[in-house]
Amino acid sequence: MFLGSECLLFGGLISTYMLYKGRVNAGPQPDQIFDIPFTSVSSFILLMSSLTMVLAVSAAQRKDERNMNLWLVVTALLGATFVGGQVYEFTSFYREGLGFTTSLFGSSFYTLTGFHGVHVSVGIIMLMALVGMNRNKRIPGDRAEVVELIGLYWHFVDIVWIIIFTLVYLIPS
Amino acid sequence: MSTATEHPEETEHTAHTEGHEAEHNGLSDKQYIYVALILAALTAIEVSTYYVDFGPFFMPTLFILMTVKFVTVVSYFMHLKFDNKLFTYLFYSGLILAICVYCGFLATFKFFLQKG
Repeated sequence: MFLGSECLLFGGLISTYMLYKGRVNAGPQPDQIFDIPFTSVSSFILLMSSLTMVLAVSAAQRKDERNMNLWLVVTALLGATFVGGQVYEFTSFYREGLGFTTSLFGSSFYTLTGFHGVHVSVGIIMLMALVGMNRNKRIPGDRAEVVELIGLYWHFVDIVWIIIFTLVYLIPS
Repeated sequence: MSTATEHPEETEHTAHTEGHEAEHNGLSDKQYIYVALILAALTAIEVSTYYVDFGPFFMPTLFILMTVKFVTVVSYFMHLKFDNKLFTYLFYSGLILAICVYCGFLATFKFFLQKG
C-alpha cells in the first residue's frame, strides 16, 4: 500500500514535469543544462546499489550477518554518492541560471528530482539505522524480512529513477 | 545444523545451501550479478541514443529499454517473479490502470497534440 501511494505521488510529479518541461519563459532550456554523461554515471551508481541491496537481502536470508552488514553499508554509500551527485547537479544548474522559480520547467524539474533525492536520503537513513540496530541485536521479528522490506523500498526508488532518467534527461523537450 | 547460525562456520554452511535457498527465494548471488550486468548494458544502450542518431526508432528504443529495465528490477530484484502469481497480476493491473489514468490526465491538457 505504501509503495502504491508512492507510485501515485511520483506519477503525478512526472506527469506535471511532462506538461511543463517545454514551458521556459526565462532561464536555460533543458537541453542547454543537462549533463548526460554525468547523470548517466549517477544512474549507473544507483542501479548498482540495487544489486548490492539484493545481495544484502540474499545474505540476510542465508543468516550471513557479516556480508549482510557489508552490503547494506555499500548500498548506503552508493546511495550517498548518488545524492552527492544530485546536489552537485542542482548547484551547477543554479549557477547556470535555473532557479526554482525561474520557469515552470525549473519548478517541476526541481520538485520531481528533489522528491526523488529525498526518498534516496530517507533510504540511506533506513539502511544505516538497520545496520546499527542489527549490531545491537535490536531488530524485532524475522531479520531477513525486515531487510527485504527496506530492500523493496530501495528498489522502488531505483525503478522511479529508471523512469525519470529516460523521460526527463534522455527525451529532449 | 540448528546451532550453525551462532558460529563462524555458518558462512561455510550457508554457502553450501545457497543454491538451495535460491530455488525458494530468488536467484543466487552470481545470477543477481548477471542481471545487474544486463541492466548496466541496457543503460549503456540508453545513453548511446544521446550520441547516435536512431532516427524514427529513437523514442520506441528508449521506451522499450525503460520498460525492460523496469520489469527486470521488479521481477528479479523485487522478487515478484518468485512470489505468488496473484501479486504479479495485482501489480501489473494496478500499474496499467495508473498509466491509463495519467495518460488521460495528460490528454485533457492536449499534451499529446502539442508534442505531435
